[in-house]
Amino acid sequence: MASITLQNLVKQYGDGFPAVNDVSIDIEDGEFIILVGPSGCGKSTLLRMIVGLEDITSGDLLIDGQRVNEKAPRDRNLAMVFQNYALYPHLTVFENIAFPLRLAKGKHTEDEIRKLVTDAAKTLELTDHLERKPGNLSGGQRQRVAMGRAIVRQADAFLFDEPLSNLDAKLRGQMRSEISQMQRRLGVTSVYVTHDQTEAMTLGDRVAVLKKGILQQIASPRELYEQPVNLFVAGFIGSPSMNFLPATLEGSVLKTPIGNIPVTEDKARAAEGKSVVLVGLRPEFFEDASLVEEHKKDKGSTFTAELTHTEWLGNEQYGYINFDPDPEVRELLNSLAADMDADELRPQIVVTLDAASRIRGGRSAELWLDTRKMHLFDPETGENLTRDAEAGAALTQEANAARAEEISEAREREASTAGQPA
Amino acid sequence: MKASRTKERVTWTIISVLVLIYALFPVASILATSFKLPSDLTSGKFMPTTWTGSNYEQILVGSAQELFLSSLRNSIGIALIATFIAVVLATLCAYAIARLDFPGKKVILTTALAVSIFPVISIVTPLFNLWRNIGLYDTWPGLIIPYLSLTLPISIWTLAAFFRQIPWELEQAAQVDGATTWQAFRKAIVPLAAPGVFTTAIIAFFIAWNDFVYGISLTSTEAARPVPAALAFFTGASQFESPVGAISAAAIIVTIPIVLLVLLFQRQIVSGLTQGAVKG
Repeated sequence: MASITLQNLVKQYGDGFPAVNDVSIDIEDGEFIILVGPSGCGKSTLLRMIVGLEDITSGDLLIDGQRVNEKAPRDRNLAMVFQNYALYPHLTVFENIAFPLRLAKGKHTEDEIRKLVTDAAKTLELTDHLERKPGNLSGGQRQRVAMGRAIVRQADAFLFDEPLSNLDAKLRGQMRSEISQMQRRLGVTSVYVTHDQTEAMTLGDRVAVLKKGILQQIASPRELYEQPVNLFVAGFIGSPSMNFLPATLEGSVLKTPIGNIPVTEDKARAAEGKSVVLVGLRPEFFEDASLVEEHKKDKGSTFTAELTHTEWLGNEQYGYINFDPDPEVRELLNSLAADMDADELRPQIVVTLDAASRIRGGRSAELWLDTRKMHLFDPETGENLTRDAEAGAALTQEANAARAEEISEAREREASTAGQPA
Repeated sequence: MKASRTKERVTWTIISVLVLIYALFPVASILATSFKLPSDLTSGKFMPTTWTGSNYEQILVGSAQELFLSSLRNSIGIALIATFIAVVLATLCAYAIARLDFPGKKVILTTALAVSIFPVISIVTPLFNLWRNIGLYDTWPGLIIPYLSLTLPISIWTLAAFFRQIPWELEQAAQVDGATTWQAFRKAIVPLAAPGVFTTAIIAFFIAWNDFVYGISLTSTEAARPVPAALAFFTGASQFESPVGAISAAAIIVTIPIVLLVLLFQRQIVSGLTQGAVKG
């Protein structure tokens, strides 16, 4: 168990390109940190710098307060799960898991090794496969062997490099919850790299969003979702992603392509002096106006728009509204899409409607928009003009408290089961 | 459906048998000939009328013993040394090609390919003159060096293809697991690379073992003459007696190690060859 501190870490390659640029993160003991971002954002490089497989160009890396920049990977006592599992194909599952123990010469007797490996195998339900070679295992089993190799030794922290990206969707969900439960049970500090936002949102105590080697925001999933620091984070987190509409402020009304939206005073003040702002609206802020209860209705605004088509998913449905922005705004939206690794963003709005809604594509419909949670962004800097830092910090605080509670509960449970004879 | 499958199987069986007969008939013929008496050679029959071991006696303990056994020694020694050098050099070269990015990588691979398709016979004459001038003619090194030109290119190509498939991430995984650089290489990489190196060694050995053109042109005495060349120098018991029986016996004896190697390691050889074919 250990804390990991990243202080102004920089990774510069031979051509001067900074893959990781001035990243500082404090990872507490027992915390589960996710590094997320589009491909090429430096998240894997950062992880490999922590484990020691990449040199650190400048900045300090501390494990439990000790600077480890120059230490070889084997001296850092970290365990890593690789994307393609990196199992030793010539060794059996047993020997694969025992590998790190055997390398620590003289530390463990043969009996101890046997016990540690069978214990780890039992937790991971690998007991029946110990004598098989990795080549004969399924993807999920291989993944578990890789995890076994990590948990069998008393590593100070676990590092995961996109461990689930080679699994099919169903198995991924299952392994995700297994990793999450295991991390809580062991209470071990973990750093997890992914490009999958579901993994990021569900696993992480805190999520660090990276773009082009620069840390954009690190916060609890809820803070990222509700109080994003800029346009990139807002657009990257959430699926379907946030809609961005160009708007001009006139008095206390925002003029947008889908109609006028009255805004509160503090939001109006935030947008003051800007000729154009981008309004960030999550799809679920919208609803079929006929299905909104009366007392809720005046907390938002109602407008009429023509949906091009709808997609019914059972529990909800998506509706699509096209709009035609200025070339300037279109340019901005496209560059945002490029940043996020997506194809050209079509200037359309995605709205989530209740599954019972009778609205269909091709007809104009009355929609209701919850304006309370909307954000305004500066189109030039991308900065969130209406971010409530305090509310955000409170959300992350909440998540931290929940984590501490979960870990202590898990430890108590562990202690009570260990105390009882089996 | 079922009928067509049976039909297909029958067709394939017939084709396989035909190919087998075509390929193995010469071997069977030589085998039969090696047991014939000199007087039996022109009988026109496939099987010997009376079976005799006299041909084997002649080359192993009899009059041709000196000629055959010394050439056998030369063949084994030269082929083994050429194989060893080729594999060591090719391993280093292929490791660099598979792992590192350096200028001229393409050039090395293309050169290796160009060397391997160069017609042997066109090099032999200049080599003959050169070797005589610098004293390599009729020596072991005089054969080992040209054999390297045959074995190195194919070794480099097969090994490079093989090394490219090794998941080098294992080396890093081992380092994170607590291994030193050397331990990571020895415990994670060597066990994976060994089969490839071994296959390459077998293929290289065959090439050196089977060569005839260099063997006959660059040697003149028992000092370095390999078996394929020595066979041409066999004579009968008298000048009126055909040496065909003795030659056949010697041919069978030098074929045995090859057949054994292939039978023992056929799976590795095939996978090694196809790896080169598909991935190279």
